[in-house]
Amino acid sequence: MEDESKLRAFEARIEAGEKIEPKDWMPERYRKQLIRMISQHAHSEIVGMLPEGNWITRAPSLRRKMGLLAKVQDEAGHGLYLYCSAETLGVDRSEVVDQLLYGTAKYSSIFNYPTLTWADIGTIGWLVDGAAIVNQTMLAKCSYGPYSRANIRICKEENFHKKQGYEIVATMAKGTPEQKRMVQDAVNRWWWPSLTMFGPPDKDSPNSAELMKWQVKLQSNDELRQRFVNLTVPQASVVGVALPDPDLKYNSKTGNWDFGALNWDEFFAVIKGNGPCNRQRMRARRIAHENGKWVRDAAGAYAAKKRAA
Amino acid sequence: MDDDSRHALFEYLLRLGDDRLVLGHRLSEWCGHGPILEEDIALTNIALDCIGQANNFLQLAGSVENKGRTADDLAYFREAIEFKNLMLVEQPNGDFAYTIARQFLFDVFSFHLLEELQHSSHQELAGIAAKAVKEDRYHLRHSREWVLRLGDGTDESHQRIQSAFNDLWMYTGEIFQADKVDDLLFEKGISVDLKSIESKWSENVSEALTEATLAVPDAEQYMASGSRQGIHTEYLGHMLTEMQILTRSFPEAKW
Repeated sequence: MEDESKLRAFEARIEAGEKIEPKDWMPERYRKQLIRMISQHAHSEIVGMLPEGNWITRAPSLRRKMGLLAKVQDEAGHGLYLYCSAETLGVDRSEVVDQLLYGTAKYSSIFNYPTLTWADIGTIGWLVDGAAIVNQTMLAKCSYGPYSRANIRICKEENFHKKQGYEIVATMAKGTPEQKRMVQDAVNRWWWPSLTMFGPPDKDSPNSAELMKWQVKLQSNDELRQRFVNLTVPQASVVGVALPDPDLKYNSKTGNWDFGALNWDEFFAVIKGNGPCNRQRMRARRIAHENGKWVRDAAGAYAAKKRAA
Repeated sequence: MDDDSRHALFEYLLRLGDDRLVLGHRLSEWCGHGPILEEDIALTNIALDCIGQANNFLQLAGSVENKGRTADDLAYFREAIEFKNLMLVEQPNGDFAYTIARQFLFDVFSFHLLEELQHSSHQELAGIAAKAVKEDRYHLRHSREWVLRLGDGTDESHQRIQSAFNDLWMYTGEIFQADKVDDLLFEKGISVDLKSIESKWSENVSEALTEATLAVPDAEQYMASGSRQGIHTEYLGHMLTEMQILTRSFPEAKW
């Protein structure tokens, strides 16, 4: 009975646009859903370092090398403060990291695709960070204070990443014939996976209704996906890159760009672990974690000695 | 500036630039694979500082040379025998202890060097050094703290970092071998007295190793030398192959 009145008060606060803070009462489902979402978001940042890190040592100029290093470093930083946000909900970072490495925790499927040429780095910045911004701009308004604030900060940096990526794409698109070929190939490969970043269609999205009621999400997967397509189509035409969808067409009734059917079988397969790079991404993370154990042990032992002294 | 000085300064700036480019490259290989997230961030950040410093030194080298070469031309279109970085910084990452030992040995040198170079009579060089020394102060604090943690942490970490120092020691002798480039620039007040840097380096290194319960490696062993003349270990060629592949494959392209 007491819980029910607490729940009503909680929902009234959300309705009034107040932020929920770590020490406030919240329903267990709200806490669980947020832990799931925030830790998935954190894992995505960390796993996302791998495909882009793949090109740091081969970046074609010092300026590009610095830009990419800074971007990947930002992602590690996002991971760190997202793990901190998750910790405000009463989980331990090592616990959620273990769920990623040895359990069933998810991360964004987009990072299970390989980066095959330098054009992939530009394309990821433009499309993948672009899609992430659409999603995170919404999350920056979510009802949970620490996650909302983390996303405000993340969005600022992601905007910079997107500009940087788009500039790489634009430079290559007006470059040599080989560069043009590389950039079109990269866009062909990344376009569809980018659209799946918003999650399954609304009708198949099991968590959405509850998340929207509690204003963890404020827009549906399909709404966000449409917004991203609408933003991206004109950007593609400015740089003269084709988006690989013959059904892409402006709809003057809705004001939206209609687009073709997504391959949801592939999406669900990749989420289940059956994508091009799932195994190698997780293997790289596990190796880093396991090779780092003696380092973490040493730091702990040293700190304990200093405390005892 | 006379031709001899100009040439010496060009060589000297390549040394400064290449040390940081090559070390930054090695550190960047850790990105995404660090032992703990905070260290992933720290190593990437130090890599970024190193590449930024390299870019500044190489840019100045190009302008001193006055043949129209940019920092990118110097980074991407020279052969291994034209690179003038210390052998120490091109050594592979190994485990985290190896990376930290390599970093610490270089950081102590680099910090004291840049501290002096801030007062170089060459204004642009002094300016770059003044900015870089602020970054190096942090790098040195970071690597020194890890030397202590690993040296005085667990038995395993102690053994790992001790053997890293033992393996890398042979590359520390050439750091302080002055040649005519150093001598000429020192006379002009452009470079520094390597002897005075060496004594600070020895003092700082042995003080840290002792505090970390580590032994200072035996000086009576084979000491490598020659990298300032372009003689390197086998590792550099492989690193440059990777670093330069894309740029060299499409020399006409702008990126």
